Parts: sequence; C-alpha cells; structure tokens
Amino acid sequence: MPLTTIGPRALEIRGVEKSFKKRRQEPVRALRGIDLTIDKGEVVGILGPNGSGKSTLVRVISTLITPDAGTVDVFGIDALHHPKTVQKMMNRVSVEASFFKKLSARENLLYGSKLYGLTSAEASPRITEILEGIGFRMKRAGEPMENLSRGMQQKIALARALLTSPMLLLLDEPTTGLDPRSKKDVQAVIWDIRRRHDASILLCTHDMGEAEELCDRIGIMVDGELIAIDTADGLKRKYQSGPELPTLEDVFMAATGTTLEEASMEEEEKELVTA
Amino acid sequence: MSELAHAPRAERPRWLLELIAAWGFAQRNFFLTKRYFLWEVVWLAYATVSAMSIGFIGVDVDRGGVDGARLTTFLLIGSILWGYLSMIFDLLSETVSWERWEGTIEYTFMSPASRATQLLGTSIYAIAYGVARTALIFGIVSLFFDMDLSNANYFSALVILVLCSISLVGLGMVAAVMPLLSPEKGQQVSSIFTAVLLLVSGVYYSVSVLPGWMQAIAKFSPITYALEGMRAALLDGATLNETWPSIWPLLIMGAILVPGGLLIFRAGERYAKRTGLLKRSG
Ligand SMILES: Nc1ncnc2c1ncn2[C@@H]1O[C@H](COP(=O)(O)OP(=O)(O)OP(=O)(O)O)[C@@H](O)[C@H]1O
Ligand SMILES: [Mg+2]
Repeated sequence: MPLTTIGPRALEIRGVEKSFKKRRQEPVRALRGIDLTIDKGEVVGILGPNGSGKSTLVRVISTLITPDAGTVDVFGIDALHHPKTVQKMMNRVSVEASFFKKLSARENLLYGSKLYGLTSAEASPRITEILEGIGFRMKRAGEPMENLSRGMQQKIALARALLTSPMLLLLDEPTTGLDPRSKKDVQAVIWDIRRRHDASILLCTHDMGEAEELCDRIGIMVDGELIAIDTADGLKRKYQSGPELPTLEDVFMAATGTTLEEASMEEEEKELVTA
Repeated sequence: MSELAHAPRAERPRWLLELIAAWGFAQRNFFLTKRYFLWEVVWLAYATVSAMSIGFIGVDVDRGGVDGARLTTFLLIGSILWGYLSMIFDLLSETVSWERWEGTIEYTFMSPASRATQLLGTSIYAIAYGVARTALIFGIVSLFFDMDLSNANYFSALVILVLCSISLVGLGMVAAVMPLLSPEKGQQVSSIFTAVLLLVSGVYYSVSVLPGWMQAIAKFSPITYALEGMRAALLDGATLNETWPSIWPLLIMGAILVPGGLLIFRAGERYAKRTGLLKRSG
C-alpha cells in the first residue's frame, strides 16, 4: 500500500448525506456525513449490518444516486459534475449478478464492454482470456447465464467489471449468499485482481474474515455513519481492553454494542415490519 | 499499471465511444431476438394471421358490389403499418422496464453510454427488425390477396415510412420515461396509450367516421398521418407533393417528439437518481 501517493487519490468523499423519503413515513437517513478516502492501489473494506447504508454509498459513488450534500471525487474528478468522465474509470459488482439471464456469458460481456467503448474485436480475446483466468470452461460460453451456478455468475460479474479496465472497482457484497466453496473461489479472484491489476477497490461485506484478509483498511458502518476506519490491527488496538488483541468480531461488538449478526437480524425485522 | 489499463478506448473521441455503445444496444437486442427465436416465429405467425383475418373483410364485402380489392388493400395497409409502428413504440417504451426486469438497469445507467445513445441504439434495432418483419408479413399476405397496388408510388411510401418511424421513436421515448418513474404503473400507462392510438388513428376505417372529439385526438397521433399518407401513396399513387398534407405533420411531430423525448428521458433519469428509483424495487 503506497503511503504517499502522487496525484489525486482514487476516491475522496466528503460530508456525503442521503435521505430517502418514504410515503407516510419518516425519511430514512441512509448516509450521514460520510468522509472516506481510498488511495491508489488501496483496498478499503466497509463492514456493516443490513441496512447500514453500504449499497447506498456504492450507488452514490457509481453515480446512480445523487447525494443530498457532500462531494465525491474519483481520481480528482468531481463525480457529481462530471459523471461521464468518472463512469469510464470505474465498474462495480453487486450482490445480484445482474445479467440478461437468457443471453450467454459471452453475449453479456460483449454488451457490457461496448457500453464502455470496446469493439467486439477488442473485447473478444480479452473475454476469453479473463474467463479462462477465472476457471470458466469456454465450451459453456454460449449457454444462457441462468444455467450457470450463482458462484460462476458472480465470477463473470467480476469479469465484466475487469473487462472495462476500471481504476476504481466497487464490490458490494460480492460473496454474500454463496456457498462456502464458491465464496472461496470468488475471494480468490478478488485477491488475484488485487495482486495483478493494481486497481483501487472498495469492498462492502458482512464477512469479517473476508474484510480482514482482503483489505488494507476497514471501516465500520452503522446506521449510515462510518464510526471507525483503520487497518485491522489499528482497529483491534483501538478497541483493546485486555492484554490480548481482540478479534474483529470483538471490535465490531465494542464499536457498535452488538454483533454483526444481531444488527442484521434487527434490521431485517424492521424491514419486515415496514414492508 | 496493469496490462488492462492500456485500453485503446482511452484515446477514442467521445462520439466514437457513443457509437460503439449504440451498436452494443442494437446488438444486444439482436442477441435477445436470436435467443427467443421460437417466440419470434410465433409472433410473426400471429401478426400474419391477424392481418389476413382483417384482409378477408375486404374480400367478403366484394360480393356486395363494392371495390373489394381496394378495401382489402386499405385494410391490409392499416393492419400491417399499425403492426410495424406499434412494435417500434413498444420496443422503445420497454427500454427501461425490460432492464428493470432483468436487473441490469443499474449497470446500464452507471456506464458512460448516454441515454441518447441507448435510445438511438434501441431505435436502430427496432426499425431494422420492424422493416424485416413487416416485409415478410407483407410478402406472405400478398400471396393470399388480390391487392390493388397498380398505381402505387413506392417512393412516396418510403418517405412516409421513414418519417413516421422517426415520430414513433419519439413517442416511444416519451413513454419509456414512465417505467423509470413508476416501476409498476409505467408499463400499464403505455398499454392504455397504445389502445387509444389504435382507436383514433384510423387503422381499419377513415378517421372521418369517428365522433368529433375522437377526431380531435386523432389530429395529435402521428399514426393518423402515416396511414393517410401511406394509403394515398400505395392506393392512389400520390406523389411526394400530393402527400404533403401527411408529410408536414409528421415532420413537425418528429422534430418535437425526438428531442422532447430525449429531454424528458434525461430529466426522468436525474429525478430517479435523486429519489433512488433506479433500484429494482422498494
Ligand atoms: N432506493 C432506495 N429507496 C428508498 N430507500 C432506500 C433506497 N436504498 C436504500 N434505502 C434505505 O436506506 C437504508 C440503507 O440501505 P442500503 O441498501 O444502503 O444498506 P446496506 O448496508 O447495503 O444493506 P444490505 O446489507 O442489506 O445490502 C435502508 O434503510 C434502506 O431501506
Ligand atoms: Mg447492500
């Protein structure tokens, strides 16, 4: 991780606020005064329970949601005023794979890369290369996406993002809901991206182990607020009470007063009540 | 930096990037057509049969001493042109709802391709697909009917076809914004809109037989002028000059609807991004 970077940071967010109005209800404050930076080549994780605002943050960065207040700069460019320039520099993988289900992996990837200005001739060899790299058997490249496993779909979503050579990669719970094996597979692909492509990454997750293993710094997000952000060791030292360093679970507990599972359960119950 | 970071697109001018993206939208729709090929065959058969069932009305009337061939041709032009134009309208108005349903909408909207490009690519495909399909239906139907096309002025017909395609693209763009604003109701509104167009535009009868207030609505439907012009060209061999009463309204509507549709669509996009409506549901 570069401590001093030349030029602008990969991501610089200042004072971002977002509320959603709901019919006949209090508005939901999904993001409250978020400040966050990611250096070039850095991987920053956001740990937070369901409904804490992680996806909203990712959507604000990817220009899908306009914040009520605050600034978002991607490689020094104001994302709110120059969305086009910023859109070219990033891509995203979310919890749902989000493909045309009847189209094949190859067709979906050709489409995805054309949106970013790559012709079929340019994209084709790279599609083959990237798909082979993630262990996809090319003889399935013509099969509809819906026939592939969730884990494989998620890896293809990573391939789609890689194809457009993003300088900033937004990963919003890429492994949530996968079986343990596929989860390891997808994490291995992310690890590989981190090692080879030198992209700057924002990784939102529920998974403590994933955050600790893949991220240079980890932020803890609760109710739209980023209450702490540091290296895993830094967080542990900050919340250390006894002679031994606590685990990340303990840190989360100390910082939020609850475990990640409990906080997620509560939020799910809230959603059920309001739904 | 990584080997991937040196993509050639970095040096491409903006217009070329948008053109490649427009091609991407058209190609994606082509992939979808290919994938749903059996459905295409079914729809083609359905459209052909429904045109034929209308055409037989003309044949039936023939026995009463009316010029049956002319009526048959009148009806078939109505049925086939309506099939073409309503398909263009549907394809465009479903731009957003389709992607919402597939769950790809956020990926499309966060890409650097502009909304104008998306709509342009969709229109290119809609028109190419529509023309191919319509030619097929026309070919099949003409085997079964004795049509009155001896005077036809095909050049005027082509001009009318181009102009009304553009108007319908514009109308479709305006309709496409509704599913953006209301995930559930948007598509319902455009279905009702299609039904009204079918009623007032004189697809199977002259607009002059309608009650006055419906005739007033018909004046605002591009399909009214498309049918008038097309029938004048194909049945009576009207020259470009003679079809001018149909051409100028189509020109004006196209000139208002296309840029207007784009503006509305962009405003809808901004609104959806402020209120968080792009997300698939709630
Ligand atoms: N588009 C939207 N419209 C209305 N409310 C929204 C929208 N997106 C998010 N919210 C609300 O904002 C809050 C934060 O949601 P968000 O999806 O950002 O959380 P999250 O941390 O990603 O949760 P999860 O782990 O479940 O994905 C929630 O209360 C949610 O209901
Ligand atoms: Mg989320």
